[in-house]
This record gives sequence, structure tokens and C-alpha cells, in this order.
Amino acid sequence: MGIENKVANALPEVLTARLDWLINWARKSSLWPATFGLACCAIEMMAITAPRNDVARFGAEAFRASPRQADVMIVAGRVSKKMAPVLRRIYDQMPEPKWVISMGVCASVGGIFDNYAILQGVDKIVPVDVYVPGCPPRPEGLIYAIMKLQEKIQKESLRNRPDMVVTEPPVMVGREA
Amino acid sequence: MAKAPSTEDIAFLRERFSEAITGVREGLGEISCYVDPRYIVDVCRFLRDDSRFQFNLLSDLCGADLGMDQEPRFEVIYHLYSIPVGHRLRLKAQLPPDEPTIESVTSVWKTANWHERETFDMFGIVFTGHPDLRRILMPEEFQWHPLRKDYPVRGYDDF
Repeated sequence: MGIENKVANALPEVLTARLDWLINWARKSSLWPATFGLACCAIEMMAITAPRNDVARFGAEAFRASPRQADVMIVAGRVSKKMAPVLRRIYDQMPEPKWVISMGVCASVGGIFDNYAILQGVDKIVPVDVYVPGCPPRPEGLIYAIMKLQEKIQKESLRNRPDMVVTEPPVMVGREA
Repeated sequence: MAKAPSTEDIAFLRERFSEAITGVREGLGEISCYVDPRYIVDVCRFLRDDSRFQFNLLSDLCGADLGMDQEPRFEVIYHLYSIPVGHRLRLKAQLPPDEPTIESVTSVWKTANWHERETFDMFGIVFTGHPDLRRILMPEEFQWHPLRKDYPVRGYDDF
């Protein structure tokens, strides 16, 4: 007798759950990132998939090269003003529901690049869900950002997606109340 | 460190282009020749083809803004290297503040193409005879030349 028979015998045939909870649980457990590696932060972003950090533990190891298959865009690095329309286009090509993690101070506020060429924060062109401080953030910081995003997704409702109406302020990793 | 051409070679060059080469500066084992911008292509082609120089590699071409109150205000700087001989030479061509223009050396070294585009993009120095003088770093709709001294670090426009 296999394990599925044991489980079937141990549990009732019907379980109930809130639809919101169930769908959010499915979404948060398979966050597929669209890589937007722009600078040195991308090296740390790659490190989260490696065995030492292993982001597969949180279901987010499937980095997609195509925005059509991605749920969360990790903006890793400084966004130049020339890159800004490209980034927005990639974001627009991602199917709903979608989220954005702004990784590092450059993507969040421009960082040390307070100059004519660099966008002073990626939130000027796309809505950001989680900001990760650091230059660059350690892999643990980015994994923590993914966990905070999972918490946020779990609290969402199908009736009220945050990309349509702003319901919650973005999370600052390490700065939450 | 690569050596500089010998003193005799530089004297030979000054004699050959007595009108074009307006000055020679030496320091730190390097030699810079100031070249009249009208003769830059002639001097470059000679340096590439002459058997004692053989500068077959343009290792860098860049611009400089010496300051808004300076006359001449702009410089175009050529770093030459000779792979067979193993020596280096720097050429400097000085340009006026208004409409700085110099002839392109893409006919001498093909690699000058992108370097001259960058110098045009950053300083607004126009290279006549360049096959494709478009911006290379800044977006196409950008209107300024950001490495000029009168351009503010944070730029004019903002999102």
C-alpha cells in the first residue's frame, strides 16, 4: 500500500478552505522570478539559487528568461534611463498576477549614482512590492525579501489585486514595524 | 610598461610635420604630441604606415573639456600603440569652444568608429567624414553632451 492510500484513509474525502487562501498559497509557493540582472546585485541574485542558499526551499528557483513565464521581477542593479523603457516593457509582458522586488539601493533610490544617467528608483516606472537595502544585499537579504513577498501574497484577495488598487504600503525589509 | 619612441624618432616626426606638430610634452616616460587638428589624419596615417613607428593599434581615442573659460576648450586625445615595435605615443588635438570639429580617423583605424561616436556623444565634438556619427551611450532623444563642464551632474530632465 502506497503513501497516497494511507493519506486517503487518514483524511476525510472533502476538505474546505477559503478560495483566496488556497490560490494565494499556490501562487506564493511557486514564485518564478524574471531575472532583471543589471549590475553587481545580479551576482548575489544568482547566488540565491546556488546550493548554499538554495531558494528552491521557497519555490522560487525557476528563473525564467521569458517574462511570459514569470511572476516576480527582481530588479537587481542600477537602472539607466536608457534601460527604463525596456524594463517597463518586460514588466508589461509579464502576465498577471505579478510582483516586483527592488534589489539593492541603486534599484530602490539610485544609490551612489546620483547623476544624469541613472533612474533614481525603479518605483518611478513600475510598482514595487518589496525593497531590499544593501550594496549589494547579501543572498539572505534577498531570500528574506522573497519570504516577505510570500507573506504579502498570502494576504491578498482575488477581489482586490494590489496592481489595480493600492491596498498595502510596500514592505521595507528589515524596517517593518 | 611600454616604451616611448626614441628622441631621434620624435625629432624626425617633428621635422617631417613641422607645421602640423605644434608642441611635444614629455613626462613619466610618456610623450604627448600636440597636433594641429587640420593635419590629424595625415599625421595618423603617417604614424601607422612609417616603418620606424608602425602604430597599427589605436588603443584609445577620447575627449576632454579643459573648462568653459579655456581657449582652446576641447581636446581630442589619441593613444597609439605599435604591436610590432612595442612603443606608445599620445597625440592631442585642441579645438575651439564653439562647434568643435575635427576630421575622423576611421579611414586610418576602423576602431575609431565607436570611440569617435562616444566622444561625440559625451562632448559634442563633431567628426567630419565619420560613416555613422550617432549617439552610442545616451538615448537617441537625449539633447545634451553630459561630460561638458557646463552640464550639471544630475542633468536637466527628470522622470
